[in-house]
Amino acid sequence: MRKLSLYPFVWRIPLMVWQGLFFVGPLLLMVAMSFWLVQNYRMQPDFNFTNWERMLTRGYFWDAYWVTLWRASLTAVLASLIAFPASYGLAFHLSATARRWAIFCLIVPFFTSYLVRIYAWQVLLAESGPLNALFGNAGFGPFTMLNSGFGALVGYLTLVLPLVVILQTFSLSSIDRNLIEAAWNLGASPRETLLRVIVPAAKVGLIIGAVFAFILSFGDFVAPFYLGGSKPPTLSILIIDTTKSGQQWPRAAVVAIMMIVTLFVVAFAAVGAAYRKRK
Amino acid sequence: MMRKSSILFQIYLVAIFAFIFAPIITSMIFSFNSDRFPTFPLGHFTLHWYETAFARPEVWLAFRNSAVVALAAAFLSTILGFATAYTDFRYGFRFKSAYLALALLPPTIPLVIMGLAMLAWLGRMGLSGTLVGIIIAHTVMGAPFAMAICRLRLQSMDPALEAAAWNLGASQWSAMRHVVLPFCLPALISAYCLTAAVSFDEFIVSWFVSGLNKTVPVMILEILQGNVDPQINAIGTVVFMTSISLVIVAQVMIFKKSSQ
Repeated sequence: MRKLSLYPFVWRIPLMVWQGLFFVGPLLLMVAMSFWLVQNYRMQPDFNFTNWERMLTRGYFWDAYWVTLWRASLTAVLASLIAFPASYGLAFHLSATARRWAIFCLIVPFFTSYLVRIYAWQVLLAESGPLNALFGNAGFGPFTMLNSGFGALVGYLTLVLPLVVILQTFSLSSIDRNLIEAAWNLGASPRETLLRVIVPAAKVGLIIGAVFAFILSFGDFVAPFYLGGSKPPTLSILIIDTTKSGQQWPRAAVVAIMMIVTLFVVAFAAVGAAYRKRK
Repeated sequence: MMRKSSILFQIYLVAIFAFIFAPIITSMIFSFNSDRFPTFPLGHFTLHWYETAFARPEVWLAFRNSAVVALAAAFLSTILGFATAYTDFRYGFRFKSAYLALALLPPTIPLVIMGLAMLAWLGRMGLSGTLVGIIIAHTVMGAPFAMAICRLRLQSMDPALEAAAWNLGASQWSAMRHVVLPFCLPALISAYCLTAAVSFDEFIVSWFVSGLNKTVPVMILEILQGNVDPQINAIGTVVFMTSISLVIVAQVMIFKKSSQ
């Protein structure tokens, strides 16, 4: 009989304490806070549905909700479609070494100063900016690209595209090549091979990529604010406005909870779809 | 036929990479450009914006704050991440999936929400407006990345290696010190650099929590709310170089592992 060792717990406990104290704790407080009331600029603990009622019966909340949902879905679909030929090229038309370098180059921007990149787009897309100068030389424009849905979309794609390409490439390059050759040998056209062999085989990675694109753009604040002109506001802009200028933290908490619930529903539905057995 | 389509794919890839790297390169070019308003054709080469930006003491202070936060948060994230990865590697226990969910969930929560929750929570603890508050928040966000990197490394370690050390009379602790930790060293360095980069670039939670102790990205965020100022390109380029270097070191350490 060995006595109970301390050793395993030294490794197991730190995360539980830290994430319990500084991740679960804050989120639970936020849920509790959504039932509190603000009186004289101070929050009073309470159990009151006023905030919920106030936010969920307002048109501007639902406008923001649908705009955010629409933009995140659009980003997920567009990013997946734009990324796919690139991932396909990376997986099937490059050597393993070149592929590794390409992935290397894609990881760098994903972890690199998103805010500064958005600022650079602000410069590039401006009415009198470099891109319009180029268009002008070619005899087009100038186009209004900032403070529009288009501007926000450019920002979202800047955020998510590297990650989506990485995830798609991983799943495409792990497909068994024999499967594809078998399809060729059985006389399948390139189109049929793509739609009936490659896409189904890479389904999980394709869906995970889209889900990440959705999650990241759904919660992003910078692209809609600095490139989208914050009109209409998205949910994240609503949270910041309500917190920073209105001092209405409980109402911001309501918006935050609605966001988390939406993200969970979408993520679970998508992962369910990804792992569902094919008939 | 195959050749031709390969070329098409390569052109497409170049276009995608151009889109992804355009903002990084733009910012660097205009940081050396003499014109106040960034457009083509370019003016002449200048270091003026760097000189004006770094003549301001608040810029230096922001860099100092960012460095302190990144170094400390990366240290804590790496320890937490390694401990968690090792637990996952070696032990099975009840509620392990809940434990792993707790470990990996933070990056899926939008930063704006983390910012709000942290602001309220740290405020109650008397930590809002302090660098300690930002370090705590960044550790929560960095730990999952560190965990993933260490877990990947442990995956390639033969579990028999640790067992062999025990059989040779090593205690669990000394096996950890002389076998597991040296094996994981590249991953630890990699995790440290990557989480430092994550912390160095994070601005939303910092913005909610920071108060007067601004980090570099928070300062950029506040300048952005005013007018276009080429100084941001200069500061931004320095930020790019810092985080790019960190991410590259992180990746080189991971690659080193796979070539061993």
